[in-house]
Amino acid sequence: MTLALETVHLEKAFGGLRVTRDLSLKIEAGARHALIGPNGAGKTTVINLLTGVLKPNSGEILLEGSEITGMPVHKRVLRGLSRTFQINQLYPDMTPLETVGLAVSEHLGHGSDWWRRMGTRGHINDEIAENLARFHLLDAMNERTSTLPYGKQRLLEIAVAIAAKPRVLLLDEPAAGVPESERHDILAAVASLPRDVTVLLIEHDMDLVFSFADRISVLVNGALLVEGAPDEVARDPQVKAVYLGEGADA
Amino acid sequence: MSGEGTMQSEVGASAMARARWRWPEVMFWLLAAAAILIFPNRYLLLTEIAWLGLFALSLDLILGYAGIVSLGHAAFFGFGGYAAGLLALHGVVKEPVLALIVAGLAAMVLGFATSFLVMRGSDLTRLMVTLGIALLLRELANKFSNITGGSDGLQGIEMQPILGLFAFDMFGKVGFIYCLVVLFVLFLLARRLVNSPFGLSLRAIRNNPLRASAIGIPVNRRLIAIYTVSAFYAGVAGALSTQTTALASLDGFAFERSADLMLVLIIGGTGYLYGGLIGAVIFKLLQEFFSAITPQFWQFWIGAVLIVIVLIGRERLHRWVMFVPRLVAGQFARAGTSAVVSKGETL
Repeated sequence: MTLALETVHLEKAFGGLRVTRDLSLKIEAGARHALIGPNGAGKTTVINLLTGVLKPNSGEILLEGSEITGMPVHKRVLRGLSRTFQINQLYPDMTPLETVGLAVSEHLGHGSDWWRRMGTRGHINDEIAENLARFHLLDAMNERTSTLPYGKQRLLEIAVAIAAKPRVLLLDEPAAGVPESERHDILAAVASLPRDVTVLLIEHDMDLVFSFADRISVLVNGALLVEGAPDEVARDPQVKAVYLGEGADA
Repeated sequence: MSGEGTMQSEVGASAMARARWRWPEVMFWLLAAAAILIFPNRYLLLTEIAWLGLFALSLDLILGYAGIVSLGHAAFFGFGGYAAGLLALHGVVKEPVLALIVAGLAAMVLGFATSFLVMRGSDLTRLMVTLGIALLLRELANKFSNITGGSDGLQGIEMQPILGLFAFDMFGKVGFIYCLVVLFVLFLLARRLVNSPFGLSLRAIRNNPLRASAIGIPVNRRLIAIYTVSAFYAGVAGALSTQTTALASLDGFAFERSADLMLVLIIGGTGYLYGGLIGAVIFKLLQEFFSAITPQFWQFWIGAVLIVIVLIGRERLHRWVMFVPRLVAGQFARAGTSAVVSKGETL
């Protein structure tokens, strides 16, 4: 088995507070892996460590077998590790076309191109069009992002991440805050992500987790509590205790 | 899918739409060129406006597009100014255009070297660091008076004809045309740059650097690049000022120059390239107007104007000023669309 993403004894502390404790995750290539845990379990810190926003105190992070522990954020993206954000971090004044265009330009190595105008390279336009079409954003491509319905903004969030042509995609609560009427579109988009992209889903919504994931890791107090197939995790008494509170033990 | 080809060309067309020339832009440059004929007595003022506009454009590149604040942009202006002065004075590079480029490149090297200091920290640290660099250079120029002429400045600069053909005349006509051409060429270059993938990535960095790096944009490298380019522009502006006045002085580095520049850009607005140019026109006209009525207190009135702009908001002022032109444009636009619709109906 090949591993798409792996952490080895990852540790992170803020002052005296250990927020990531000896975390060793193995995410197989092509997996639909979910990372769940109660509030304050340290899920966001794990994402920040994986993407390079934070540096671990010790431990290693490996992307497809090669170490990326100290690599800056943008280089990880070019190496194939892309993410979405939980709270929208989109560009309100840009259009979906421009936003996706940014990611495609960087991915194809034309991001520092200062002489050619946007839109004058055919293969960049092709990729932009393909991405917008996949996420049903073509009709809205010239609207300002801030004017788009929330569901569309969430789709754009995923579209931007996918436009970087990742090998591993970190999905941070993709359906958070999306109204019920638009929820279906998000779930469909998540379900139809290319199979060759490994997905690590960080999610609160258990329906989404159990319908999507083929493997689940449960994080509690910064440490790995349980890892296994969805039905194993669902039956696990420790997990029940964490999610249902002390009542489950009684 | 049959629509795929058109879909892609649509994407291309929409992406390019932002960079399309619009009639107010064409009007702006036609007016600028017309100034040569309309105001034959005001070439000195026009020349100052031209290099001040270029200087403000250089600040707009970092502030308006990349979000880098600076209170010491005069460092590059002064450096370019002295470079041009020294090149002419010692006859190293006699031809003005070539000297201009060399002076710009000298400022560019300085910009690149200091960019690493500016990358660090928040807006406040950037303000302080840029301010510090400008002060430092001013004192260095003061100290090495054997090279710079100290507080007297560089004197006795004699300018050779531009390209060996056009000699600077005493009315300043050639000087103004020269500045205007340089401004236009560098403006075109800047316009290209901001409408490129590079320019778009700068906007992304300004709005949200965290997101920009998550897209794969090397944030620091892009910021260093635009800071360096901006230093080139500021250096050229300084060199133009030296070449057209045949003087380079410590004023080039002065804090007031950096502060005034910020004012110019705030008056004109950031992030659309014309802000610096329009700001320069308004600033210089206000300066002329107020110093004619109250020579001692013109800065009082400039200060008042600044407060009004900031409090009322440029957006609102712009809306008031543009009310009539927009009404006319709206009428034309409506006539245009109705024509298209009726054509479609007959088909």
